[in-house]
Amino acid sequence: MANKKMAIIATKGTLDMAYPPFILGSTAAALGYDVQIFFTFYGLQLLRKDLSDVMISPLANPAMPMPIPMPVMVQMLPGMESMATMMMKQKLKKHGVASLEELRDLCLEADVKFIACQMTVDLFEFDKSEFIDNVEYGGAATFLSFAGDTDICLFV
Amino acid sequence: MNFDKELNARGLSCPLPIVKTKKSLADMTTGQVLKVISTDTGSVKDMAAFAEQTGNALLSTVEENGEFVFYMQKK
Repeated sequence: MANKKMAIIATKGTLDMAYPPFILGSTAAALGYDVQIFFTFYGLQLLRKDLSDVMISPLANPAMPMPIPMPVMVQMLPGMESMATMMMKQKLKKHGVASLEELRDLCLEADVKFIACQMTVDLFEFDKSEFIDNVEYGGAATFLSFAGDTDICLFV
Repeated sequence: MNFDKELNARGLSCPLPIVKTKKSLADMTTGQVLKVISTDTGSVKDMAAFAEQTGNALLSTVEENGEFVFYMQKK
């Protein structure tokens, strides 16, 4: 029997939104799925060798649990984003949640295929040398040739 | 229960217990049994789902002192 297939479009480049594609990708691969993730727009940030700029912001994110209630006027102060990111990373670590780097490596080890949107790479004038090596570059048609035949297709 | 290999997944959260189970099974042979110890409550349902979808047999699930012990037999 042919393997099941899953395709994910990753469009967000924040710490919280970086997790679902990598968690689902690595898990599906462990379950025997063929997996492809198409990274486009801000999702391209998740392909950088250095993921330390992937952050979370409390701004415009009213559902984010905060240790103390924090007015929006305070959330917008310089340094709040770095602080929120640091606290979130500490929390993830404390709960035994893998880092993004670790999950991404697990995806690659399990042959999850990463496709970077060539159009967005050009649009944002990204330097491909800043991205990890195991990436293919392609467009919507490249993605759809796999996605059209999948059991699960998600937009994150 | 007898087992051939043990995986310590204590302290790890989703999806690591599953992904590491898969990796551990990869270098075992058919019929061998992997013992997995996890502290992740979610792994109880996840290990059953993993077994169902991959065809490996989940021989037993036991909770001992807040830890979950799984015996998974490789397909």
